[in-house]
Amino acid sequence: MQIALLQAATLGRRAVVRTARQPANVIFPLIFPMLLLAVNAGGLKAETQLPGFPTDSFLAFALAVPFVQGALLATVNANVEFARDIQTGFLNRLALTPVRGLVLLIGQLGGLLTIALVQAVFYLVVGVAFGVRLETGVAGALLLLVLEAMIALAFASLGCWAALRTGSTEAVQGLFPVFFVFLFLSSMNIPRNLIETDWFRWVATINPVSYLIEAVRSLVIADWHWETIGLGFAVATAMSLIGFALASHALIGRMART
Amino acid sequence: MSPRENSIEARGLVREFKKGPRAVDGIDLHVGPGEIYGFLGPNGAGKSTTVHMLTTLLPPTAGTATVGGYDVVKEGPQVRKTIGAALQEAALDPYLTGREHLRLQTAMHGITGEERKRRSDELLARVGLTEAADRKIRGYSGGMKRRLDLALALVHGPRILFLDEPTTGLDIQSRTALWDEVGRLAKHEGVTVFLTTQYLEEADVLADRVGIIDHGHIVAEGTPDQLKAEISSNTIEAVPADPEHHGAVAAILERFGAPTTGFGPNSVAVQLPASDGDIAQIVRALDAEGLRIAHLQIHEPTLDDVFLAKTGRHLEGAGDEADQEEPAAT
Repeated sequence: MQIALLQAATLGRRAVVRTARQPANVIFPLIFPMLLLAVNAGGLKAETQLPGFPTDSFLAFALAVPFVQGALLATVNANVEFARDIQTGFLNRLALTPVRGLVLLIGQLGGLLTIALVQAVFYLVVGVAFGVRLETGVAGALLLLVLEAMIALAFASLGCWAALRTGSTEAVQGLFPVFFVFLFLSSMNIPRNLIETDWFRWVATINPVSYLIEAVRSLVIADWHWETIGLGFAVATAMSLIGFALASHALIGRMART
Repeated sequence: MSPRENSIEARGLVREFKKGPRAVDGIDLHVGPGEIYGFLGPNGAGKSTTVHMLTTLLPPTAGTATVGGYDVVKEGPQVRKTIGAALQEAALDPYLTGREHLRLQTAMHGITGEERKRRSDELLARVGLTEAADRKIRGYSGGMKRRLDLALALVHGPRILFLDEPTTGLDIQSRTALWDEVGRLAKHEGVTVFLTTQYLEEADVLADRVGIIDHGHIVAEGTPDQLKAEISSNTIEAVPADPEHHGAVAAILERFGAPTTGFGPNSVAVQLPASDGDIAQIVRALDAEGLRIAHLQIHEPTLDDVFLAKTGRHLEGAGDEADQEEPAAT
């Protein structure tokens, strides 16, 4: 058990160190969501005048989006590197050691989770610095980080599955626009009950990303709204479980050692 | 430790890929303890596929193999504990340092605490990378990467070492340094080495015994001297000064021996009889016909001659003619 922990921690550390040593992989996921937030907060400010809009600060309303975006970006970057490990034979090197597949997966996901959490703290600090007040206070901020970890795990495990299934950096990069389609077809910019177009409201309702964003948003603007928060956790947990099961299965095929 | 524990055995080993030819087609192997076995063949011959099967990365389609006394199919984890492997591509992370690679590798083998540091430092020193240990891999030369790869394969003190084309692309200095280390491992530490190569010189210098593989079959096996002794005679090769005299030169040389394939594009080569013929007579015959020769050389038998004798092709460039790409293992 102690050895498995050492192995997972070493693999996680490697994922963090490798990301930290590639400035583009650090700066882009921090800056891009913040830029998008600034643009939306400026351009869509008038939305707060809509009857039934839940807050008078669009910045506070939209702050949930970077958390999901950041998790997506961290996932894509880390899993591109994971796919590269397959292409270069690094995974074969690991396969020739006694490390268990499950430990390898936990290590990889653990590293990614750490990166996503560092990003989340950054988004939170920037939001607070620009006047966002968390309705749920410090406890809400901590729960927000836990939720962010779950969201990152959900995307990361699905990304891991793609990397293991295809072994192709291009295929994992190709996930980026797919993930973003889900993001844009969610309630990222407007509450679902205020979406007037029927098809868009329907798509946003069946889109799991909406529930992730709404749970984060709830912790920022709506005090303790347990139903929304719980739904977000449930969706993230379900996605994580599905992703982890798929990734584990793909890993068995990929590390086809006897 | 019984002798069997350091040996490699294979019987009728086959690997067939979907919709592809047999990459390895029923090979038998016996590599004894402490022996350096050179597995020589062109690209696509089946060398790497064999290594992948023996190192448990790829299940055989048919046949059996034991490594260190363990069955590669039924006892994979035990095989992996016994062996070290440096595969064809030195798969290293360009963003990590040499020392970080060793930390990672030792952790994966469950080596902890002081032992972890001691082992890493010892191996870095052994492969001459102490000074470069804290530099990122992307700043390493090809030779340094290969040496680190070797160090990584040795972290857990394996009894059997697989090296898949360890010196491909290296300059002669780096190549010689690696040969020295591999030779030392076998001689002083009793490590059994299974080495694939497409370099004749490497097999000749380093290997105690050589197996020549072509199109998935072992076509010859023995010590380098035994194999060369099978080709008992020298080859004489001449390049006419005027390419139009190629036929005339060939006609004269064929009076003295059996025609064979030359190395140069315009060369004429014949294998001399065991007596080696009379070189002076050959020169006189060419001179009598007024044929000017740009280059005349006598070759002693090499492993390439063995390859040529067994397959009808020279080893160099044979891989280009191979009609199969060696499939990826995973």
